[in-house]
Amino acid sequence: MNVLLWVVFPYLCIAILVGGLIWRYRYDKFGWTTRSSQLYESAVLRWGSPMFHFGVLMVLIGHIGGLIVPKAWTEAVGITEHAYHLTAVFVGTVAGFCTLIGMAILIARRRLTGPVFAATTKNDKAMYLVLASVIVLGLWSTLRANVSGDGYDYRETISPWFRSLFYLSPDPEIMAGVPLGFQIHIIAAFALFAFWPFTRLVHAFSAPVGYLTRPYVPYRSRDPRPGLRRSRPGWEGPPRLPTRSGRDRG
Amino acid sequence: MRVMAQMSMVMNLDKCIGCHTCSVTCKQAWTNRSGVEYVWFNNVESRPGQGYPRTYQDQEKWQGGWTRTRTGRLKPKAGGRLKKLLSIFANPKLPAMQDYYEPWTYDYEHLLTAPAGDDTPVARPKSLLTGEDTKVTWSANWDDSLAGGNEIAAGDPVLRQLSEQVRQEYEKAFLFFLPRICEHCLNPSCAASCPSGAIYKRAEDGIVLVDQDRCRGWRMCVTGCPYKKVYFNHRTGKAEKCTFCFPRIEIGQPTICSETCVGRLRYLGLVLYDADAVGRAAAVKDEHALFEAQKSVFLDPHDPAVIAAARAADIPEDWIAAAQRSPIWDLIMKYEVALPLHPEYRTMPMVWYIPPLSPVVDILRDTGHDGEDVGNLFGAVEALRIPVDYLAGLFTAGDPAPVTAVLRRLAAMRAYQRRINLGEDRDESIAAAVGMTGEQMDDMFRLLAIAKYEERYVIPAAHAEDAHHLEQLATDCSLEGGPFGESSGAPTPISIENLHMLRDRQTADSVAAPDDKEARVNLLNWDGKGRPEGLFPPKKDGANS
Repeated sequence: MNVLLWVVFPYLCIAILVGGLIWRYRYDKFGWTTRSSQLYESAVLRWGSPMFHFGVLMVLIGHIGGLIVPKAWTEAVGITEHAYHLTAVFVGTVAGFCTLIGMAILIARRRLTGPVFAATTKNDKAMYLVLASVIVLGLWSTLRANVSGDGYDYRETISPWFRSLFYLSPDPEIMAGVPLGFQIHIIAAFALFAFWPFTRLVHAFSAPVGYLTRPYVPYRSRDPRPGLRRSRPGWEGPPRLPTRSGRDRG
Repeated sequence: MRVMAQMSMVMNLDKCIGCHTCSVTCKQAWTNRSGVEYVWFNNVESRPGQGYPRTYQDQEKWQGGWTRTRTGRLKPKAGGRLKKLLSIFANPKLPAMQDYYEPWTYDYEHLLTAPAGDDTPVARPKSLLTGEDTKVTWSANWDDSLAGGNEIAAGDPVLRQLSEQVRQEYEKAFLFFLPRICEHCLNPSCAASCPSGAIYKRAEDGIVLVDQDRCRGWRMCVTGCPYKKVYFNHRTGKAEKCTFCFPRIEIGQPTICSETCVGRLRYLGLVLYDADAVGRAAAVKDEHALFEAQKSVFLDPHDPAVIAAARAADIPEDWIAAAQRSPIWDLIMKYEVALPLHPEYRTMPMVWYIPPLSPVVDILRDTGHDGEDVGNLFGAVEALRIPVDYLAGLFTAGDPAPVTAVLRRLAAMRAYQRRINLGEDRDESIAAAVGMTGEQMDDMFRLLAIAKYEERYVIPAAHAEDAHHLEQLATDCSLEGGPFGESSGAPTPISIENLHMLRDRQTADSVAAPDDKEARVNLLNWDGKGRPEGLFPPKKDGANS
């Protein structure tokens, strides 16, 4: 059971995530979009959307810090467990609630604004369910651990297990003793990863960071389709496609 | 000098009768799909009026176009790269659907299915966004021909810049129509605003296009375009814009709006320009100088140095020849009667306009004067501040001098040609008064009044060999139906209706796409391939494809 939950399932989900993204990129570039609903309604979105997105970005950074960076490293630079825990809980809770409230606003808006609700697909609803449960479970587990005790030091158990997945020597035994709340949160999160490529969440993978360094106006050549130029008589030699590589600054 | 070719358009506003044929044919060709019901790549606005979307010209509000920084550089008015990315989660300057209008249809079904009663059944308007009953309160040309009077026209951002006295008198003064498409700017701010880099300017002909596969729906282009000619398809979540009918242009045909224009007021042709000079010209400090700065970017296609540079830049011979015959070059540079729309947005627009003389002529006629007499016309152009200032607000960033010069030329041509028409002697002094010769007057008159199809539309190289690809008439050897079907990975052929959208529309269950729609076939969307359900009777052997 442990092997199934903490080895087979995560690898399966990661495989679906990677394979799904490649599949989607190859076969559904046209569907790869945020499908923004701002055109229908923007007064509520202006509050909910930045709150959710900036919150979730902070949560992402927190997870990267907590799961990828080994405990030994932070202690080597002099950050005690207590100091780390305090910052993590404080910043994490703020970011978590930001995300949660933002999401609540967005879901309420989606349900209550006629055009936005009409544009909501079944896929969207299922996605919201999974996404919301991951967020709620994560926040709830953290809060419960900190309210009822001194908090749970996931950097002793969950983080090494998570990293072991990437060393390709997964260690399911450490996960057996992790509190149930965290366990469900992790399972739900991997389920979300598997679902990710097939939802509108794919837009996260096209975050436009390249915009910061790109020239403002991209130029592109027309596809060099053969036959687009005037045909040449045979005595003029073989046809030559116009070379415009120097122009393509895009 | 880096020579590039730009396919451009000039519209002669004196000839526009406001019939909206261009808008309708454009809509039928490009935006008769769900998700873009509210979208008009081509629209015709009544001036004065608020335009479409409402008050789009008010850049203090909508923040479109470029702004010149203190250091003399250009940056998008809505903010630079970092600000764009930080506001990506909720674009603060995006027009709402209400600023365009809420698209609707009518419940025609009810006319047939209503039970017998005392009252005649009516077809209620239904919103195409929600499917609920709606009230029709605005549309793309709600204020057509000054409908709504002062109440609506007073909201015209161009009118608001004029003095109080002008605003009160507007109704007596004038009405004209302004057809608008995408400007296919030399310095497009929509492309500059796109975080994904999906909007690009084609190196060959300067047409600005949205790569539908790269667009991620960040919707910054809608804000970036000061003309609000990039639209968000609310079904597909992608930006769409006027394509300058590039599939037609590529095979040497005029755009559909030009082809079907009743007044024959549109001209199409190439302009050669120096791509290296665009940035500097667009950043000229004085807004009034922008119009001349843009003209300084254009290159004379008859100049041997330009021809040599064009050849070096791989511009084909037939394109150079087409640039030499271009009516656009003649109207802008030779006769100097065309003006750009809102040069102060600093995007270097490439759809130019010949301002209408008719408001001036109308006033002369209405006051009992001879509207063809050159003295009267010249006097009126000088005296009638209202139309001149308004036109200056549209075409020259508020500088009346270029508008006056154009109107004087048009007036002189009118008076000069009337004498010929009446069998009187040619009066060279009329031509000389506007710095032209009688011969030039004749040429200009010919181009403006009687130019034939081939003279109005000079589009190089009919690439007829490519009809196979462009029209999708023939079938390619494809893997359709297999596990890698639907033209997987290969470039999507030019198609008016994408497979995804067609499927979505056929399977949606709203008023926008009613259940029985599957049984209907929209012939406009049928590309000649396949056998849509219900179009043909079933084959006898039972096969359906």
